[in-house]
Amino acid sequence: MSGNTLPNPGFRLRASYHHVNREDEVNFGFWVFLMSDAIIFGLLFATYATMVRATAAGPGPKQLFDINSVAIETAALLLSSFGYGMASLALKYELGYRKVIAWLILTLLLGLVFLGFEVHDFLTMFAHGGSPGGSGFTSAFFGLVPLHGLHVATGCIWMVVLIVQMLRYGIDADVRLGVQRLALFWHFLDIVWIAIFSIVYLGGLA
Amino acid sequence: MSIAHVIFGRLSLQSLPFWAAVQHPTIENIINGTIATGAASVVVIGAGATAALITYLGKWRWLWTEWLTSVDHKRIGIMYIVIAFVMLARALIEAVLMRTQQAFGLGGGFLSPEHFGELFSTHGTIMIFFMAMPFLIGLINFVMPMQIGTRDVSFPVMNSVSLGLTMAGAMLVMISLVIGKFSTGGWSGYPPYTEIAFSPGVGPDYWIWAVSLSGIGTMLTGINFAVTIYKRRAPGMTLMRMPLFTWTALCTAILMIFAMPPLTVATALLALDRYLGFHFFTNMAGGNMMNYANLFWLFGHPEVYILILPAFGVYSEVIPTFSGKAIYGYVSLVLATMSIALLSFGVWLHHFFTMGQSAGVNATFGIATMMIGIPTGVKIYDWMLTMFRGRIRFTVPMVYSLGFMMLFVIGGLSGIILANPSIDYQVHNTLFLVAHFHNVLIPGLLFGMLAGYHFWFPKAFGFRLNERWGMASALCWIVGFMFAFFPLYALGLMGFPRRTVAFYNPVYQPYMAIAEFGALIILMALACLAIQLVASILQREQNRVPAGDPWNASALEWSVAAPAPEYNFAVLPEVTARHAFMVAKENGTAYGSPERFTDIEMPRNSPLGIVLCATGSFVAFGLVWHIWWMVALAMLATVAAVIWHGSVRDYERIIPAETVRRDYIRWLQLLSETEPVSRDGEVAHDNAGLADVHETMEAAE
Repeated sequence: MSGNTLPNPGFRLRASYHHVNREDEVNFGFWVFLMSDAIIFGLLFATYATMVRATAAGPGPKQLFDINSVAIETAALLLSSFGYGMASLALKYELGYRKVIAWLILTLLLGLVFLGFEVHDFLTMFAHGGSPGGSGFTSAFFGLVPLHGLHVATGCIWMVVLIVQMLRYGIDADVRLGVQRLALFWHFLDIVWIAIFSIVYLGGLA
Repeated sequence: MSIAHVIFGRLSLQSLPFWAAVQHPTIENIINGTIATGAASVVVIGAGATAALITYLGKWRWLWTEWLTSVDHKRIGIMYIVIAFVMLARALIEAVLMRTQQAFGLGGGFLSPEHFGELFSTHGTIMIFFMAMPFLIGLINFVMPMQIGTRDVSFPVMNSVSLGLTMAGAMLVMISLVIGKFSTGGWSGYPPYTEIAFSPGVGPDYWIWAVSLSGIGTMLTGINFAVTIYKRRAPGMTLMRMPLFTWTALCTAILMIFAMPPLTVATALLALDRYLGFHFFTNMAGGNMMNYANLFWLFGHPEVYILILPAFGVYSEVIPTFSGKAIYGYVSLVLATMSIALLSFGVWLHHFFTMGQSAGVNATFGIATMMIGIPTGVKIYDWMLTMFRGRIRFTVPMVYSLGFMMLFVIGGLSGIILANPSIDYQVHNTLFLVAHFHNVLIPGLLFGMLAGYHFWFPKAFGFRLNERWGMASALCWIVGFMFAFFPLYALGLMGFPRRTVAFYNPVYQPYMAIAEFGALIILMALACLAIQLVASILQREQNRVPAGDPWNASALEWSVAAPAPEYNFAVLPEVTARHAFMVAKENGTAYGSPERFTDIEMPRNSPLGIVLCATGSFVAFGLVWHIWWMVALAMLATVAAVIWHGSVRDYERIIPAETVRRDYIRWLQLLSETEPVSRDGEVAHDNAGLADVHETMEAAE
């Protein structure tokens, strides 16, 4: 087989057989980190499931959730992932760092839109008496959803850092690795968000 | 809010350990204040003396460049073990203090209940998070990359960051001795007691942040080890050719990846309750402390196997080596290790059988718990059969291993007893439980770590440890353990609750006295360890083993010089069989002369680990004392340091092939001048680390 010379399918750029490939190693490590992070989210989902009815006579999901706003956040985040996918392709087909940066900036803007709507949601919840200290339910909500938001914010900072690095170094091996790992991270956050949308919002309203 | 409050948060003169005794000089305050102040002085004077000594020797630069910023897995491993020993000394002295209190505890004793509560909380927290974990992580760090034939772990800088975070957690526990009071909520920190309503002080906050820091560090370590083992093995080192210590390292790493997140979640949610008024585990507003119990033990039980598996790995290296035989039942040992790792996730509920589940749930977890006895039993039999008809030498690591095999079986059996929910109801929260887990952790984990310390010390520093003091220490550990903990089984069956400062029934008295006697013997064991280290350093010239293989052992770490060069292998080994080095010695291919040397790329030093250690400490200290400006600045510094690290490009340096060749040839020259030593002579001075090849044959069978 000529497997040694063909690039791997998908996002990885080079084949790695019989020798330590730094790219392979770093990306694998990041996958493992995401598994660990997924456990954190999984436990917070479990906590939410046990506490969603513990409203302590305070406002519950029906009083606090604005599903329209959540729908907009979902659209923004999923579109941002499309943007990131385009950035990844631009990197893979070596279309130059300007293209990569352009797509990353689009992703970043959509990420910020997501965060903006999310903060607005939280403030609305506060105004309706849904502050974290209100009940077991609000605690579980604010333990989980803002953690996802914090991840998105971290991803945004990381994106800015990568853009600056690209302007300074061009696309070198480290930038490439950074873009690849942030891709994993960003799509991972999509999956977590889909679970939040289904379990926290739809499940809470059901 | 006053300016002093903005600057110092909750810090005040009352945070000092002697302040209560000065303000209200009652007898109790004076006794407890004196003990606490004495302990605090040891920390302050110890740190000051160390700093003064380094300054006097002019070694700050050396410390910085050779150690603190080093990303060499061997040095990081050694630093982990240094932390472990320092913390062991503190937590062991605390244990003796607690035993002494209880020996005199009929009708009151001399310690206040709060002081006693702090002691058992710090003792447990330190022994688990800052003694056992650093010790095993240190050993794996040092040994595993060499066993699989690579030059470093996959992420050397992250390795140094893990160390930095663990160090920050350990420092925080030490600082709590000087400023403020530690938690009285035990090592498991159960709410609602640790909630702000019942523990408004800084104690639980110290616990939360110390444990969180080390937990994050350990999670990163798990990733690092697992990726290293999956991706960095030398050519031909298939999974089923890996030494058993590496197998246990892999399983422990996987457990770390999956079991540390629950701890992070548990402590983070408790922190949200305490700092921001959330209601996760409070008694009111819909909080539910059972969620904490589940989260904590979802971590806590796999943690037990994170602790014990590497020790099993050490025994699997030590016992065949000092029996002069290959390990019996390699495949079954691998399968047993994997089974234990898997089963460990299905038993967490046995930590709270009494907390209200149905009988069916309890029975399920009870049976799952008993099942862990099966693979563990397989291991014990494998080790026994390894020794069967072997040429056994009673060296220090072997004595630890034998002590382990006798005592651990007893501890395991008491675990099977506890796994039965109906019995557990009777002895839950008594000293029977305390006896049980000390019986598995001391002979299991600690003996394993100490055996590993004696076994690999020559590889790390190039000379063997003093055998006589080591033997004295091992025997003191074994005998002291039996005296200190067997009476606790009886006390537990007699209904003595754990974590109790005093008692009023004289029937407990004699058992407490025997346990105190045992504790003092264990203290002697610690003293012997310290003396041994000093004696060994003084006699190092007689005990050097530069050839690198003092025990005629079988794994690849013994195939290089002692101490090992920073790049470990001049040329990466090609592995053709299990017990790679033993087979090479047998075939005469060990110590070969490679035709070609190549340049070696090694990672440069990085200050990131030590910087994050500092910023992590400041974040945690600020959080404990509500010094918000410190938290904000240190957080910013953390983010800045990480971003700065990401922009570093020049992170590798080249060791030229010529240098590698020169060092290797010099070592071969030394080998040719070295007299091989037979197994019986391995503890004598003429053991220079070259084993007699004629003796390897039977071992590789």
